[in-house]
Amino acid sequence: MTVSEHGEPLPGRQVALVDLLDRLLSGGVVLTGDIVLSIADIDLVRISLRALIVSVSSEIAPAGEQEGGRDEP
Amino acid sequence: MNTSGSLTYVYAVTHRTGPLGEALAGLHGIGQAPLRLLPLTSDTEPAPSTSLAFVASDVPEQDFNETALKNHFEDLGWLEYVARTHHDVVQAVAARAPVLPLRMATVYQDDHRARQALAAQQDVFSQRLDQLRAQTEYGVKIYLTPEATQPPAAAPAPAASPGKAYLQARRAQRRSRDAVYQQAEQAAETIETIASRHATQRVRHAPQRGELTGPQENVLNDAYLIPDERAGQFKAAIADAAERFPDLRIEVTGPWAPYSFAMTTVGPTDAPEPPP
Repeated sequence: MTVSEHGEPLPGRQVALVDLLDRLLSGGVVLTGDIVLSIADIDLVRISLRALIVSVSSEIAPAGEQEGGRDEP
Repeated sequence: MNTSGSLTYVYAVTHRTGPLGEALAGLHGIGQAPLRLLPLTSDTEPAPSTSLAFVASDVPEQDFNETALKNHFEDLGWLEYVARTHHDVVQAVAARAPVLPLRMATVYQDDHRARQALAAQQDVFSQRLDQLRAQTEYGVKIYLTPEATQPPAAAPAPAASPGKAYLQARRAQRRSRDAVYQQAEQAAETIETIASRHATQRVRHAPQRGELTGPQENVLNDAYLIPDERAGQFKAAIADAAERFPDLRIEVTGPWAPYSFAMTTVGPTDAPEPPP
C-alpha cells in the first residue's frame, strides 16, 4: 500500500466501526468547544455505549461461551 | 458563516492551500452541509502569518446542543453516521494536506468562536503538524481465535467420576488458554521488536470488547506512528511474524490519519505506561 492511497479506502472494505470509535472517541485533538461533552462524559458514554452493544447482542451470543474465571492478560 | 439555528462543527486542523480549498468545495460534511476552510482570520482582516485553518461545516443546533449530544451518543446509528462522516472528511483532507484530526463532536457557536479557539492553540497545532509530517498511523491488533482457546477434544477417562471429569476438563481448558495467552505475549513482544525498528511512537488502546469485535477475543490494540517510507517494510514484517503464530489473528489496520497521536504535545496520550 502506498501513501497515495491515503483517503481511498480499499474497495468494498469499510473501516470497522469499533476501530473508528477507538480513534474518534479517545483520539484526536481535544478542544473545549462551546458545546462539547466533557472528557469524563465521553468516557461514560463510551462505557454505556459498549454496555449497550454487549447487551443488545448478548441475546444472540453463541452457546458455549467461556464461563467466568477468565484471566485478563 | 452560520445561519441562525446552526453551529460550527470542526473536523480537523490543517494548512490552508488552494488545491485543498478547491477539493473541499466539492465535498460535504455532516448532514450534507458544504465543507469549508476556516482560517485564523476572516477575509476582511489582514492576512494571517500562518496558513493554519480548521476544516468546518455548519450543523443544526438542535442536533448538537448539549442535551441532544448526550442522547445522540447513546444512539449507535447516529454515532456511526457522524463518526463515518467525520472520518471521511479527515481522510479527504489527509489525502491532500497535513492533518490533525479533532475529537468527534467539537462544536462552536459560530465561526468567530472557532477562530478564537484556533488562535489560542496555533503554536501547538503548527508544531504538531510539523512533527507528524510524512508519518502515518497504523493499528496492530492481536486476537485469540475461538478454536485456539478451546481444549482439544480428549476422550473422557472412563473411570473418572463426574466431578473428577469436570475438573480434568477445566484443567485442560485452562492449559490450552494459558498456552494461547503465552503465544499472544510472544506475539506482542515480536510486534514491539518490529515496531522499534520502524515506528516513531506508540499508543496503546484498551483491548476491544463487545460484539462489535466479533467472536474473537482482542488482547492487544496498539497504534503506531510510522514514517511513510517505512510503512511497507513495517506491514510486511508484521505479516511475516503473523505466520509464526497460527493460533492468533494479527491484524494491521490503516493507513489512518494520526488520530492516536494528535494530542501528544498537548495531552497525556503518550504518558509512559504505568508499570504492570
